[in-house]
Amino acid sequence: MELQLKIWRQKNADSGGGFEVYRVKANEHMSFLEMLDVLNEQLIAERKEPVAFDHDCREGICGACSMVINGRPHGPNQGTTTCQLHMRFFKDGDVITVEPFQARAFPVIKDLVVDRSAFDRIIQAGGYISVNTGQPVDGNAIPIERDTSSLAFDAAACIGCGACVAACPNGSAMLFVAAKVSHLGLLPQGKIEQDGRVQKMVAQMDEEGFGNCSNVAACEAECPKQISVSNIARLNRALITVSFQSS
Amino acid sequence: MLMKWLVDFLFRSSIGRKVVMSLSGLFLIAFLVVHLLGNLQLLASDGGRQFNLYAYFMTHNPLIKTVSYLLYLTILLHALQGIALARANRKAKGKSYAVSSNAPVSAFSKYMIHLGMILFIFLGLHMYQFWLQMKMGNAPVVSYPGTDHPVQDLNALVVEAFTNPFYVAIYALSMLALGLHLWHGFQSAFQTLGLNHPKYNGLIHMVGKVYAAFVAVGFAVIPVILFFRQV
Repeated sequence: MELQLKIWRQKNADSGGGFEVYRVKANEHMSFLEMLDVLNEQLIAERKEPVAFDHDCREGICGACSMVINGRPHGPNQGTTTCQLHMRFFKDGDVITVEPFQARAFPVIKDLVVDRSAFDRIIQAGGYISVNTGQPVDGNAIPIERDTSSLAFDAAACIGCGACVAACPNGSAMLFVAAKVSHLGLLPQGKIEQDGRVQKMVAQMDEEGFGNCSNVAACEAECPKQISVSNIARLNRALITVSFQSS
Repeated sequence: MLMKWLVDFLFRSSIGRKVVMSLSGLFLIAFLVVHLLGNLQLLASDGGRQFNLYAYFMTHNPLIKTVSYLLYLTILLHALQGIALARANRKAKGKSYAVSSNAPVSAFSKYMIHLGMILFIFLGLHMYQFWLQMKMGNAPVVSYPGTDHPVQDLNALVVEAFTNPFYVAIYALSMLALGLHLWHGFQSAFQTLGLNHPKYNGLIHMVGKVYAAFVAVGFAVIPVILFFRQV
């Protein structure tokens, strides 16, 4: 199959960018990233600068791949990361527009690579549990109700890719923070620090310059792990409660 | 100390700012029901007696007067906070994508600020046409047998305004904007407060849609009926 790619090229964070059009021959079994690899080999052979994009595991679990494909973070398929998006979902002759994630808190570093370290700082603010090192406690020693563990596991599926921010018309990180707060706070080990965690993570989120949630739910539609916006309601509830109770 | 915390929460925290939108929105949602039920009296064929006596009561009862000032403040708060949030959100997003997304989202949720702007401008016209004219005493005065005081004939002002098809169209279209604003706004208010549960989510969404349609259609038919009564 032959495709026409309209790709955002930007030299660095300070320079302006623009779209460049490329032609690439791909086959339908390739992933979207493999198709970009083919393009880059082509560009290198032509002694041109290859397109920079983030990738790591290419198994849909690390959250490194990003990019907005035809206006949608991680492309057109539901519950799929860019690395797991295969070219069979496109047609021969398609024109595909590829852009970096767009949000003020995710500045472009180069081409399709954005700086998502704001997420790391939110995690550092409270997205962890404090445990003593040493012999790990047997996980099954603490009974957890089935429904609760299911909710926690669903939230824990978040790979922190930032598609929620990229999809949100407000550039809000609420789904990411809500997923972390739900995943940790629903389980007994994480409950102890939950109040402080909620306040600190939301404060850091605000400081990073993310927008405010207006319940559009574009994040839920684009999340490759299909995290539900009901987690955002849980975060709202937790923050409101702790704000009125804390000293 | 308490005040500083409250102001920080309600006007600086991202979630607190949304709580303001949610609570003020819910107050306005409750008000609209009362306002609509009151307005439906305009359709009574009694020369406006019932509506005018109701309007007199609503503007002279001290408790209702107090609530009405709270209402004006709430409208301003909802509008100003909404504008501030929309500006902050636009800044947080930066530029938009070259290709717009066709992902399924909550209907009309992306247009809350635009619909809100239409409603705010509409409110300016609406308050000028009826509220201000009544405050200034520009409405004719009528006396009804059985009441010991003359009352302003607000009914006459309304009926007069809606002989003009231009006003009928503006009111009907504004009510369409109101309906769409509420279509998303009703359930959104509950989500923001964290009032969600799989057992009740469906009900909240359904009530919100029925409410939005009821309020929009209810308000919009009044000028249309009044117009056609006179042609």
